[in-house]
Amino acid sequence: MSQQAPTREVARRVFAAEFNDAEYTFKESDDERAPQYLLLPSGERANRVFVVGTLTETEDVGEDSEYWRGRVVDPTGTFYTYAGQYQPDAAAFIRDAEPPTYVAVVGKPRTYETDDGSVNVSLRPESITEVDAATRDRWVVETAQRTVERVRAFSPDTDEYDGLAAEEYGGDVERYRRAAVEALESLDSESDTEADPEPEGAGQASL
Amino acid sequence: MSDVRKDARELHERFSEHLDVTEDEIAERLTTLTEEYMVPREEARRSVESHYLEEAGLERDDLGSGGSNPELKVEDIEEDEQWLDLTAKVVDLWEPGHESIGQVGLLGDETGTIKFTAWASSDLPALEEEKVYRLSNVVTDEYEGRYSVKLNRTTTIEELDDEMEVGENSAEAEGALVAMQSGSGLIKRCPEEDCTRVLQNGRCSEHGDVEGEFDLRIKGVLDDGTEVQEVIFDQEATEALTGTTLEEAKQRAMDALDTEVVADDMREQTLGQYYRVRGPQFGRYVLADEVEELGGPTDTEDLLIEARSI
Repeated sequence: MSQQAPTREVARRVFAAEFNDAEYTFKESDDERAPQYLLLPSGERANRVFVVGTLTETEDVGEDSEYWRGRVVDPTGTFYTYAGQYQPDAAAFIRDAEPPTYVAVVGKPRTYETDDGSVNVSLRPESITEVDAATRDRWVVETAQRTVERVRAFSPDTDEYDGLAAEEYGGDVERYRRAAVEALESLDSESDTEADPEPEGAGQASL
Repeated sequence: MSDVRKDARELHERFSEHLDVTEDEIAERLTTLTEEYMVPREEARRSVESHYLEEAGLERDDLGSGGSNPELKVEDIEEDEQWLDLTAKVVDLWEPGHESIGQVGLLGDETGTIKFTAWASSDLPALEEEKVYRLSNVVTDEYEGRYSVKLNRTTTIEELDDEMEVGENSAEAEGALVAMQSGSGLIKRCPEEDCTRVLQNGRCSEHGDVEGEFDLRIKGVLDDGTEVQEVIFDQEATEALTGTTLEEAKQRAMDALDTEVVADDMREQTLGQYYRVRGPQFGRYVLADEVEELGGPTDTEDLLIEARSI
């Protein structure tokens, strides 16, 4: 009874705007096989994420062997996902895909340092599948919900990960709430063209 | 009857076997607190109770909850340290793992099953398997999200001459299907009677090499961004989910000379989609008796208002 199967890591919901701001990774133990986490600016640790967006562009960026890059766009920005010989199904999917198309990606965050010393974050897919617009919309709402929950609960003084996030990224989580609002509004304007769009930049101005 | 009298009578009933105290004495204590010191009724009651507990050298749990308990069904038990009454059948008795445990096993009613423990020190009459009892004044316990009930020395046990059909624990899970585990797709099961083990390379772990029978299933993971739930779709649910029948799947595998293509097809069709499933819970898994594919979002407006108002 006491022996417990290792628990599967939850796939976090995060918009590209927040995901791409992240760069700090860590492990909870020294064990070589311990899961690696990407610390999100809103204080959540993500070993795995689930993303739904529009695959807009694919390119084989490999030199010796195929290495496919896909751009997956959500209402707030772009996720970069890379798949090569160790992700044959995902690589085949990206190779054969005909953008633009809605895709769902379950994947692991990966960071790499660029030549100029900045850190980029990308997504290594465990699976990538084609989905429809309704699923995309559901993901946007769900991700907005999770983002709002994180922003609301953000307390760097009392929560270890929130504190670490504030230290690493400056603690301005308000921008992710705004991103969530804008993402929701983008759905609203798609489905209801009579809606009065907020003047551009209003969010920033009112801060 | 006044509130003071009512409380005094109840407290007296509970302490009479432990202490030599009259109802009048209890009432006097209550009155002093409520009238002279303006203590609210609940607080007065609690304070007097504490006084007598100390005098009798008892813990609060030893006496039970006092007042009347809700009569709950197994599926409604979702609170720790709640006192309640339960009418249930003894489904199973297990070997107590420790001498402090009098009896341990599984109780069930129409809505599901729950573990129970009776302490040896509680001196309760032994429960018998398959019999239905009305158990008054049991208390819930929670461990890693699972609930059990504890029988204690204040529990009264009444054997009922009733039949009871014990139901399966039902659970609901919702989220995106983020993974399909190995053992999904077109599988073979052992044909031996009462053995439905899934074959590994044509072998049953119990019966060795056998001529397996084809079956379809999906072992999947639903993930809502906060927690994961493992789910099993049986043949019927899998056919409904993928629109592919067992016969079609067999044909597909035969054409490709590979059974794995069936699972690959299923991954393509189902991963990344949102589902809500409902069914009995078996250990880590929920068996998907009912499956609903979730389409576009529904509650955008409320969320937008909330997001704007932080």
